Amino acid sequence: MPAKTYVQTIINGEHVDFLCEPRQSLLECLRDVIGLTGTKEGCNDGNCGACTVSMDGRIVTSCLVLGVEAEGKEITTIEGIANGSELHQVQQSFLENAALQCGICTPGFIVSSVALLEQIPHPSEHQIRFWLANNLCRCTGYDKIVRAVQDAATKM
Amino acid sequence: MHWIDYASPHSVREAVDLLNEAGAGARPMAGGTDVLVQLRANALPGVELVVDIKNVPELNEITMDPELGLTLGAAVPCYKIYGNQAIERAYPGLIDAASLIGGTQIQGRASLGGNLCNAAPSGDSIPVMIALSGVARIAGPNGEREVPLEDFCTGVRQTVLQQGEILVALHFPAPQANAGANYMRFIPRNEMDIAVAGVGSSVVLENGNIKSARVSLASVAPTPLYVKEIGDAIAGKPANEETLQIAGQIAKDAAKPITDMRGTIEYRRHLCDVLTRRSLQIAIDRAKES
Repeated sequence: MPAKTYVQTIINGEHVDFLCEPRQSLLECLRDVIGLTGTKEGCNDGNCGACTVSMDGRIVTSCLVLGVEAEGKEITTIEGIANGSELHQVQQSFLENAALQCGICTPGFIVSSVALLEQIPHPSEHQIRFWLANNLCRCTGYDKIVRAVQDAATKM
Repeated sequence: MHWIDYASPHSVREAVDLLNEAGAGARPMAGGTDVLVQLRANALPGVELVVDIKNVPELNEITMDPELGLTLGAAVPCYKIYGNQAIERAYPGLIDAASLIGGTQIQGRASLGGNLCNAAPSGDSIPVMIALSGVARIAGPNGEREVPLEDFCTGVRQTVLQQGEILVALHFPAPQANAGANYMRFIPRNEMDIAVAGVGSSVVLENGNIKSARVSLASVAPTPLYVKEIGDAIAGKPANEETLQIAGQIAKDAAKPITDMRGTIEYRRHLCDVLTRRSLQIAIDRAKES
Protein backbone atom coordinates (compact mmCIF):
# COMPACT_ATOMS: atom_id res chain seq x y z
CA MET A 1 0.00 0.00 0.00
CA PRO A 2 1.43 3.41 -0.96
CA ALA A 3 2.79 5.71 1.70
CA LYS A 4 0.87 8.46 3.37
CA THR A 5 1.35 12.01 2.17
CA TYR A 6 2.84 14.80 4.24
CA VAL A 7 0.68 17.94 4.12
CA GLN A 8 1.58 21.40 5.42
CA THR A 9 -1.21 23.86 6.15
CA ILE A 10 -2.15 26.83 8.27
CA ILE A 11 -5.27 26.05 10.27
CA ASN A 12 -6.89 28.79 12.38
CA GLY A 13 -3.70 30.83 12.10
CA GLU A 14 -1.30 28.11 13.21
CA HIS A 15 1.05 25.94 11.17
CA VAL A 16 -0.36 22.42 11.17
CA ASP A 17 1.39 19.54 9.40
CA PHE A 18 -0.25 16.16 9.10
CA LEU A 19 0.03 12.79 7.38
CA CYS A 20 -2.92 11.45 5.43
CA GLU A 21 -3.93 8.94 2.82
CA PRO A 22 -4.70 10.60 -0.55
CA ARG A 23 -8.25 9.25 -0.37
CA GLN A 24 -9.01 10.98 2.93
CA SER A 25 -11.14 14.10 2.71
CA LEU A 26 -10.11 17.31 4.40
CA LEU A 27 -13.07 16.68 6.71
CA GLU A 28 -11.66 13.31 7.78
CA CYS A 29 -8.22 14.86 8.22
CA LEU A 30 -9.59 17.67 10.40
CA ARG A 31 -11.62 15.35 12.60
CA ASP A 32 -9.74 12.06 12.70
CA VAL A 33 -6.11 13.06 12.09
CA ILE A 34 -5.83 16.55 13.58
CA GLY A 35 -8.57 16.20 16.21
CA LEU A 36 -10.56 19.31 15.29
CA THR A 37 -14.00 17.77 15.73
CA GLY A 38 -16.00 21.01 15.61
CA THR A 39 -16.46 20.52 11.86
CA LYS A 40 -19.31 18.03 11.43
CA GLU A 41 -20.02 15.30 8.92
CA GLY A 42 -23.56 15.23 7.59
CA CYS A 43 -24.18 13.90 4.11
CA ASN A 44 -20.54 13.48 3.02
CA ASP A 45 -21.46 14.44 -0.55
CA GLY A 46 -21.53 18.21 -0.57
CA ASN A 47 -25.23 18.83 -0.08
CA CYS A 48 -25.68 19.62 3.60
CA GLY A 49 -22.85 22.05 4.38
CA ALA A 50 -22.29 20.76 7.94
CA CYS A 51 -18.59 20.35 7.12
CA THR A 52 -18.14 23.90 5.78
CA VAL A 53 -14.72 25.45 6.36
CA SER A 54 -12.99 28.41 4.81
CA MET A 55 -10.01 27.61 2.55
CA ASP A 56 -7.90 30.49 1.29
CA GLY A 57 -10.80 32.82 2.03
CA ARG A 58 -13.55 30.85 0.23
CA ILE A 59 -16.00 28.57 1.98
CA VAL A 60 -15.99 24.97 0.78
CA THR A 61 -17.55 21.71 1.92
CA SER A 62 -14.54 19.94 3.41
CA CYS A 63 -16.00 16.52 2.51
CA LEU A 64 -15.41 17.48 -1.16
CA VAL A 65 -11.78 18.48 -0.66
CA LEU A 66 -9.02 15.90 -0.40
CA GLY A 67 -6.70 16.38 2.56
CA VAL A 68 -3.75 16.39 0.16
CA GLU A 69 -5.30 19.34 -1.69
CA ALA A 70 -4.93 21.43 1.46
CA GLU A 71 -1.16 21.60 0.93
CA GLY A 72 -0.09 25.23 1.35
CA LYS A 73 -3.64 26.40 2.10
CA GLU A 74 -4.98 28.56 4.91
CA ILE A 75 -7.99 26.98 6.55
CA THR A 76 -10.42 28.36 9.09
CA THR A 77 -12.70 25.97 10.95
CA ILE A 78 -15.38 26.67 13.55
CA GLU A 79 -12.64 26.44 16.20
CA GLY A 80 -11.01 29.51 14.65
CA ILE A 81 -14.07 31.76 14.67
CA ALA A 82 -14.13 32.89 18.32
CA ASN A 83 -11.36 35.12 19.67
CA GLY A 84 -10.20 33.02 22.62
CA SER A 85 -13.10 32.89 25.08
CA GLU A 86 -14.82 35.81 23.37
CA LEU A 87 -17.50 34.65 20.94
CA HIS A 88 -17.71 36.06 17.43
CA GLN A 89 -20.77 38.29 16.97
CA VAL A 90 -22.29 35.68 14.65
CA GLN A 91 -21.96 33.04 17.37
CA GLN A 92 -23.45 35.43 19.94
CA SER A 93 -26.36 36.25 17.63
CA PHE A 94 -27.03 32.55 16.97
CA LEU A 95 -27.27 32.02 20.74
CA GLU A 96 -29.43 35.07 21.43
CA ASN A 97 -31.80 34.30 18.55
CA ALA A 98 -32.06 30.59 19.36
CA ALA A 99 -30.85 29.80 15.84
CA LEU A 100 -30.04 26.20 16.70
CA GLN A 101 -31.67 23.19 18.22
CA CYS A 102 -29.70 19.96 17.83
CA GLY A 103 -26.62 21.93 16.78
CA ILE A 104 -25.10 19.58 14.20
CA CYS A 105 -25.50 22.08 11.37
CA THR A 106 -24.44 25.07 13.46
CA PRO A 107 -20.66 25.04 12.91
CA GLY A 108 -21.24 25.00 9.15
CA PHE A 109 -23.85 27.74 9.34
CA ILE A 110 -21.58 29.94 11.45
CA VAL A 111 -18.54 29.52 9.18
CA SER A 112 -20.75 30.28 6.15
CA SER A 113 -22.42 33.26 7.82
CA VAL A 114 -19.12 34.79 8.91
CA ALA A 115 -17.88 34.50 5.31
CA LEU A 116 -21.11 36.10 4.04
CA LEU A 117 -20.79 39.12 6.35
CA GLU A 118 -17.14 39.56 5.39
CA GLN A 119 -18.17 39.71 1.73
CA ILE A 120 -21.54 41.47 2.10
CA PRO A 121 -21.67 43.34 5.44
CA HIS A 122 -25.38 44.20 5.16
CA PRO A 123 -27.03 41.44 3.14
CA SER A 124 -30.72 41.38 2.26
CA GLU A 125 -32.82 38.44 3.44
CA HIS A 126 -32.70 37.16 -0.14
CA GLN A 127 -28.89 37.31 -0.18
CA ILE A 128 -28.69 35.53 3.19
CA ARG A 129 -30.97 32.72 2.06
CA PHE A 130 -29.13 32.20 -1.22
CA TRP A 131 -25.68 32.33 0.38
CA LEU A 132 -26.77 29.78 3.00
CA ALA A 133 -28.58 27.51 0.51
CA ASN A 134 -25.74 24.98 0.72
CA ASN A 135 -26.29 24.65 4.50
CA LEU A 136 -29.17 22.45 5.57
CA CYS A 137 -30.93 22.57 8.95
CA ARG A 138 -33.63 20.08 9.82
CA CYS A 139 -34.63 21.67 13.15
CA THR A 140 -35.12 25.40 12.96
CA GLY A 141 -36.98 26.01 9.71
CA TYR A 142 -34.26 28.58 8.88
CA ASP A 143 -36.15 31.72 9.99
CA LYS A 144 -34.26 32.01 13.25
CA ILE A 145 -30.97 31.47 11.46
CA VAL A 146 -31.77 34.24 8.99
CA ARG A 147 -32.75 36.52 11.88
CA ALA A 148 -29.52 35.70 13.70
CA VAL A 149 -27.46 36.65 10.65
CA GLN A 150 -29.46 39.88 10.26
CA ASP A 151 -28.91 40.60 13.95
CA ALA A 152 -25.18 39.99 13.66
CA ALA A 153 -25.00 42.25 10.60
CA THR A 154 -26.46 45.17 12.57
CA LYS A 155 -23.99 44.69 15.43
CA MET A 156 -20.75 44.22 13.48
CA MET B 1 -13.50 5.29 -0.64
CA HIS B 2 -11.11 2.73 -2.17
CA TRP B 3 -7.39 3.53 -2.18
CA ILE B 4 -6.36 6.18 -4.71
CA ASP B 5 -3.09 7.83 -5.56
CA TYR B 6 -2.97 11.57 -6.09
CA ALA B 7 -0.87 13.63 -8.46
CA SER B 8 -0.80 17.37 -8.91
CA PRO B 9 0.95 18.25 -12.19
CA HIS B 10 1.97 21.82 -12.96
CA SER B 11 1.91 21.72 -16.76
CA VAL B 12 -0.43 20.45 -19.46
CA ARG B 13 2.30 18.13 -20.76
CA GLU B 14 2.86 16.61 -17.33
CA ALA B 15 -0.89 16.10 -16.83
CA VAL B 16 -1.32 14.45 -20.23
CA ASP B 17 1.67 12.16 -19.64
CA LEU B 18 0.36 11.08 -16.24
CA LEU B 19 -3.10 10.36 -17.63
CA ASN B 20 -1.81 8.60 -20.69
CA GLU B 21 0.54 6.32 -18.74
CA ALA B 22 -2.11 5.39 -16.19
CA GLY B 23 -4.71 4.72 -18.90
CA ALA B 24 -8.25 3.94 -17.82
CA GLY B 25 -7.18 3.87 -14.17
CA ALA B 26 -6.65 7.63 -14.08
CA ARG B 27 -9.19 10.39 -13.73
CA PRO B 28 -8.62 14.12 -14.06
CA MET B 29 -10.11 16.25 -11.28
CA ALA B 30 -10.61 20.01 -11.07
CA GLY B 31 -12.89 21.17 -8.25
CA GLY B 32 -13.73 17.59 -7.31
CA THR B 33 -17.40 18.32 -6.63
CA ASP B 34 -18.46 15.54 -8.98
CA VAL B 35 -15.37 13.27 -9.03
CA LEU B 36 -15.08 12.91 -5.25
CA VAL B 37 -18.80 12.22 -4.88
CA GLN B 38 -18.58 9.55 -7.60
CA LEU B 39 -15.45 7.96 -6.09
CA ARG B 40 -17.12 7.77 -2.70
CA ALA B 41 -20.27 6.26 -4.21
CA ASN B 42 -18.17 3.57 -5.93
CA ALA B 43 -19.20 4.93 -9.31
CA LEU B 44 -15.55 4.99 -10.51
CA PRO B 45 -14.36 1.55 -9.36
CA GLY B 46 -11.40 1.29 -11.76
CA VAL B 47 -9.88 4.65 -10.88
CA GLU B 48 -6.57 4.31 -9.04
CA LEU B 49 -5.06 7.71 -9.73
CA VAL B 50 -6.66 11.14 -9.38
CA VAL B 51 -4.82 13.75 -11.41
CA ASP B 52 -5.57 17.15 -9.88
CA ILE B 53 -5.30 19.47 -12.86
CA LYS B 54 -6.24 22.74 -11.20
CA ASN B 55 -2.63 23.70 -10.46
CA VAL B 56 -1.84 23.87 -14.18
CA PRO B 57 -1.61 27.58 -15.12
CA GLU B 58 -3.42 27.24 -18.48
CA LEU B 59 -6.40 25.72 -16.73
CA ASN B 60 -6.77 28.84 -14.58
CA GLU B 61 -6.56 31.35 -17.39
CA ILE B 62 -9.16 34.09 -17.77
CA THR B 63 -8.34 36.23 -20.79
CA MET B 64 -10.68 38.72 -22.43
CA ASP B 65 -9.72 40.04 -25.83
CA PRO B 66 -12.03 42.46 -27.67
CA GLU B 67 -11.41 40.66 -30.97
CA LEU B 68 -10.55 37.10 -30.00
CA GLY B 69 -13.12 36.76 -27.24
CA LEU B 70 -12.94 34.97 -23.90
CA THR B 71 -10.56 32.15 -22.98
CA LEU B 72 -11.70 30.48 -19.79
CA GLY B 73 -9.41 27.85 -18.24
CA ALA B 74 -11.17 24.55 -17.65
CA ALA B 75 -10.57 24.64 -13.88
CA VAL B 76 -11.61 28.25 -13.16
CA PRO B 77 -14.09 27.98 -10.27
CA CYS B 78 -17.56 29.51 -10.61
CA TYR B 79 -16.96 32.28 -8.08
CA LYS B 80 -14.11 33.69 -10.16
CA ILE B 81 -16.47 33.87 -13.14
CA TYR B 82 -19.27 35.77 -11.44
CA GLY B 83 -16.72 37.93 -9.68
CA ASN B 84 -15.26 39.05 -13.01
CA GLN B 85 -16.74 42.34 -14.21
CA ALA B 86 -15.45 41.96 -17.77
CA ILE B 87 -17.21 38.59 -18.11
CA GLU B 88 -20.32 40.02 -16.47
CA ARG B 89 -20.51 42.81 -19.07
CA ALA B 90 -19.76 40.71 -22.14
CA TYR B 91 -21.17 37.27 -21.27
CA PRO B 92 -24.02 37.65 -18.74
CA GLY B 93 -25.29 34.22 -19.79
CA LEU B 94 -22.17 32.63 -18.27
CA ILE B 95 -22.87 34.51 -15.03
CA ASP B 96 -26.41 33.05 -14.94
CA ALA B 97 -24.96 29.54 -15.08
CA ALA B 98 -21.96 30.04 -12.77
CA SER B 99 -24.10 31.58 -10.03
CA LEU B 100 -26.70 28.82 -9.86
CA ILE B 101 -24.55 25.66 -9.94
CA GLY B 102 -24.76 24.13 -6.46
CA GLY B 103 -24.48 26.58 -3.57
CA THR B 104 -21.84 29.02 -2.36
CA GLN B 105 -19.51 26.26 -1.15
CA ILE B 106 -19.75 24.27 -4.39
CA GLN B 107 -19.18 27.43 -6.43
CA GLY B 108 -15.94 27.90 -4.53
CA ARG B 109 -14.60 24.75 -6.21
CA ALA B 110 -16.72 23.73 -9.19
CA SER B 111 -15.72 24.84 -12.69
CA LEU B 112 -17.60 25.17 -15.97
CA GLY B 113 -14.97 22.92 -17.56
CA GLY B 114 -15.68 20.27 -14.95
CA ASN B 115 -19.40 20.65 -15.45
CA LEU B 116 -18.88 20.04 -19.17
CA CYS B 117 -16.58 17.01 -18.66
CA ASN B 118 -18.99 15.49 -16.14
CA ALA B 119 -21.44 15.50 -19.06
CA ALA B 120 -24.60 15.12 -17.03
CA PRO B 121 -27.74 15.71 -19.15
CA SER B 122 -28.68 18.34 -16.55
CA GLY B 123 -25.31 20.14 -16.51
CA ASP B 124 -26.38 23.73 -15.86
CA SER B 125 -23.54 25.52 -17.62
CA ILE B 126 -23.54 23.54 -20.86
CA PRO B 127 -26.61 24.91 -22.71
CA VAL B 128 -25.54 28.54 -22.47
CA MET B 129 -21.95 27.68 -23.41
CA ILE B 130 -23.31 25.96 -26.52
CA ALA B 131 -25.56 28.96 -27.20
CA LEU B 132 -22.49 31.22 -26.99
CA SER B 133 -20.75 29.11 -29.69
CA GLY B 134 -18.17 27.88 -27.21
CA VAL B 135 -15.29 25.70 -28.36
CA ALA B 136 -13.37 23.22 -26.21
CA ARG B 137 -9.58 23.24 -26.45
CA ILE B 138 -8.35 19.73 -25.72
CA ALA B 139 -4.76 18.59 -25.14
CA GLY B 140 -3.68 14.98 -25.50
CA PRO B 141 -0.77 12.69 -26.31
CA ASN B 142 -1.08 13.65 -29.99
CA GLY B 143 -1.21 17.41 -29.44
CA GLU B 144 -4.13 19.82 -29.28
CA ARG B 145 -7.52 19.82 -30.97
CA GLU B 146 -10.68 21.88 -30.80
CA VAL B 147 -14.26 20.65 -30.55
CA PRO B 148 -17.43 22.80 -30.73
CA LEU B 149 -19.27 22.40 -27.45
CA GLU B 150 -22.45 21.08 -29.10
CA ASP B 151 -20.37 18.05 -30.17
CA PHE B 152 -18.53 17.56 -26.84
CA CYS B 153 -21.00 15.40 -24.91
CA THR B 154 -21.70 12.10 -26.64
CA GLY B 155 -23.92 10.34 -24.09
CA VAL B 156 -24.87 10.33 -20.43
CA ARG B 157 -21.54 11.13 -18.70
CA GLN B 158 -19.69 10.44 -21.96
CA THR B 159 -17.60 12.92 -23.91
CA VAL B 160 -15.28 13.10 -26.90
CA LEU B 161 -12.25 13.03 -24.57
CA GLN B 162 -9.96 10.11 -25.38
CA GLN B 163 -7.48 8.41 -23.08
CA GLY B 164 -4.80 10.85 -21.97
CA GLU B 165 -6.75 13.91 -23.08
CA ILE B 166 -7.77 16.83 -20.89
CA LEU B 167 -9.94 19.84 -21.46
CA VAL B 168 -7.58 22.80 -21.20
CA ALA B 169 -9.84 25.75 -21.84
CA LEU B 170 -13.15 26.96 -23.19
CA HIS B 171 -13.15 29.61 -25.85
CA PHE B 172 -16.02 31.98 -26.62
CA PRO B 173 -16.00 34.32 -29.62
CA ALA B 174 -16.14 38.04 -28.90
CA PRO B 175 -19.74 39.17 -28.48
CA GLN B 176 -21.19 40.94 -31.49
CA ALA B 177 -22.97 44.27 -31.24
CA ASN B 178 -26.56 44.01 -29.97
CA ALA B 179 -26.06 40.51 -28.60
CA GLY B 180 -27.50 38.95 -25.46
CA ALA B 181 -27.61 35.54 -23.79
CA ASN B 182 -29.22 33.79 -20.84
CA TYR B 183 -29.50 30.50 -18.97
CA MET B 184 -32.67 29.60 -17.14
CA ARG B 185 -33.79 26.36 -15.51
CA PHE B 186 -36.85 25.11 -13.71
CA ILE B 187 -36.40 23.50 -10.29
CA PRO B 188 -39.00 22.96 -7.57
CA ARG B 189 -37.04 25.03 -5.03
CA ASN B 190 -35.09 28.25 -5.49
CA GLU B 191 -31.56 26.85 -5.43
CA MET B 192 -29.44 23.72 -4.91
CA ASP B 193 -31.39 21.40 -7.17
CA ILE B 194 -31.10 19.55 -10.46
CA ALA B 195 -32.85 21.09 -13.45
CA VAL B 196 -36.15 19.51 -14.47
CA ALA B 197 -35.44 21.33 -17.71
CA GLY B 198 -33.05 24.14 -18.62
CA VAL B 199 -32.58 26.47 -21.58
CA GLY B 200 -29.54 28.41 -22.71
CA SER B 201 -30.04 31.00 -25.41
CA SER B 202 -28.20 33.70 -27.29
CA VAL B 203 -29.44 36.24 -29.82
CA VAL B 204 -28.03 38.95 -32.03
CA LEU B 205 -30.45 41.74 -33.01
CA GLU B 206 -30.47 43.95 -36.09
CA ASN B 207 -33.02 46.74 -36.59
CA GLY B 208 -35.45 45.11 -34.17
CA ASN B 209 -35.21 41.77 -35.92
CA ILE B 210 -33.42 38.64 -34.83
CA LYS B 211 -30.26 38.42 -36.90
CA SER B 212 -29.23 35.09 -35.42
CA ALA B 213 -30.08 32.92 -32.42
CA ARG B 214 -28.81 29.76 -30.77
CA VAL B 215 -30.78 27.72 -28.24
CA SER B 216 -29.74 24.63 -26.30
CA LEU B 217 -31.70 22.52 -23.81
CA ALA B 218 -30.74 20.68 -20.61
CA SER B 219 -32.27 17.66 -18.88
CA VAL B 220 -34.45 16.64 -21.81
CA ALA B 221 -32.13 14.23 -23.68
CA PRO B 222 -29.12 11.98 -22.92
CA THR B 223 -26.88 14.97 -23.72
CA PRO B 224 -27.34 18.72 -23.71
CA LEU B 225 -29.36 19.33 -26.87
CA TYR B 226 -28.41 22.03 -29.38
CA VAL B 227 -31.57 22.90 -31.30
CA LYS B 228 -30.22 24.43 -34.49
CA GLU B 229 -33.73 24.51 -35.99
CA ILE B 230 -34.75 27.33 -33.65
CA GLY B 231 -32.03 29.63 -34.95
CA ASP B 232 -32.85 28.67 -38.53
CA ALA B 233 -36.56 29.36 -38.03
CA ILE B 234 -36.42 32.70 -36.23
CA ALA B 235 -33.47 34.39 -37.98
CA GLY B 236 -34.77 37.44 -39.81
CA LYS B 237 -38.04 37.53 -37.85
CA PRO B 238 -39.05 40.41 -35.55
CA ALA B 239 -38.07 40.02 -31.89
CA ASN B 240 -41.66 39.70 -30.68
CA GLU B 241 -44.00 37.29 -28.90
CA GLU B 242 -45.09 35.57 -32.10
CA THR B 243 -41.48 34.71 -32.97
CA LEU B 244 -40.84 33.45 -29.44
CA GLN B 245 -43.86 31.17 -29.74
CA ILE B 246 -42.35 29.62 -32.86
CA ALA B 247 -39.09 29.06 -30.95
CA GLY B 248 -40.90 27.54 -27.98
CA GLN B 249 -42.84 25.14 -30.16
CA ILE B 250 -39.67 23.92 -31.90
CA ALA B 251 -37.95 23.40 -28.52
CA LYS B 252 -40.95 21.41 -27.32
CA ASP B 253 -40.81 19.20 -30.42
CA ALA B 254 -37.01 18.77 -30.29
CA ALA B 255 -36.88 17.65 -26.66
CA LYS B 256 -36.51 13.92 -26.06
CA PRO B 257 -37.10 13.72 -22.31
CA ILE B 258 -37.78 10.77 -20.04
CA THR B 259 -40.21 10.49 -17.17
CA ASP B 260 -38.49 10.27 -13.79
CA MET B 261 -38.88 11.53 -10.21
CA ARG B 262 -38.24 15.11 -11.35
CA GLY B 263 -40.88 15.30 -14.03
CA THR B 264 -42.83 13.57 -16.76
CA ILE B 265 -42.17 13.65 -20.49
CA GLU B 266 -45.20 15.90 -21.03
CA TYR B 267 -44.20 18.30 -18.27
CA ARG B 268 -40.63 18.59 -19.50
CA ARG B 269 -41.79 19.29 -23.06
CA HIS B 270 -44.08 21.99 -21.74
CA LEU B 271 -41.18 23.47 -19.75
CA CYS B 272 -39.02 23.55 -22.90
CA ASP B 273 -41.63 25.71 -24.59
CA VAL B 274 -42.07 28.11 -21.65
CA LEU B 275 -38.39 28.36 -20.72
CA THR B 276 -37.29 28.86 -24.32
CA ARG B 277 -39.66 31.80 -24.70
CA ARG B 278 -38.62 33.32 -21.36
CA SER B 279 -34.90 32.74 -21.86
CA LEU B 280 -34.95 34.23 -25.35
CA GLN B 281 -36.89 37.24 -24.03
CA ILE B 282 -34.17 37.89 -21.45
CA ALA B 283 -31.48 37.44 -24.11
CA ILE B 284 -33.36 39.94 -26.34
CA ASP B 285 -33.71 42.44 -23.48
CA ARG B 286 -29.99 42.14 -22.75
CA ALA B 287 -29.18 42.59 -26.43
CA LYS B 288 -31.19 45.83 -26.42
CA GLU B 289 -29.33 47.06 -23.34
CA SER B 290 -25.91 46.09 -24.67
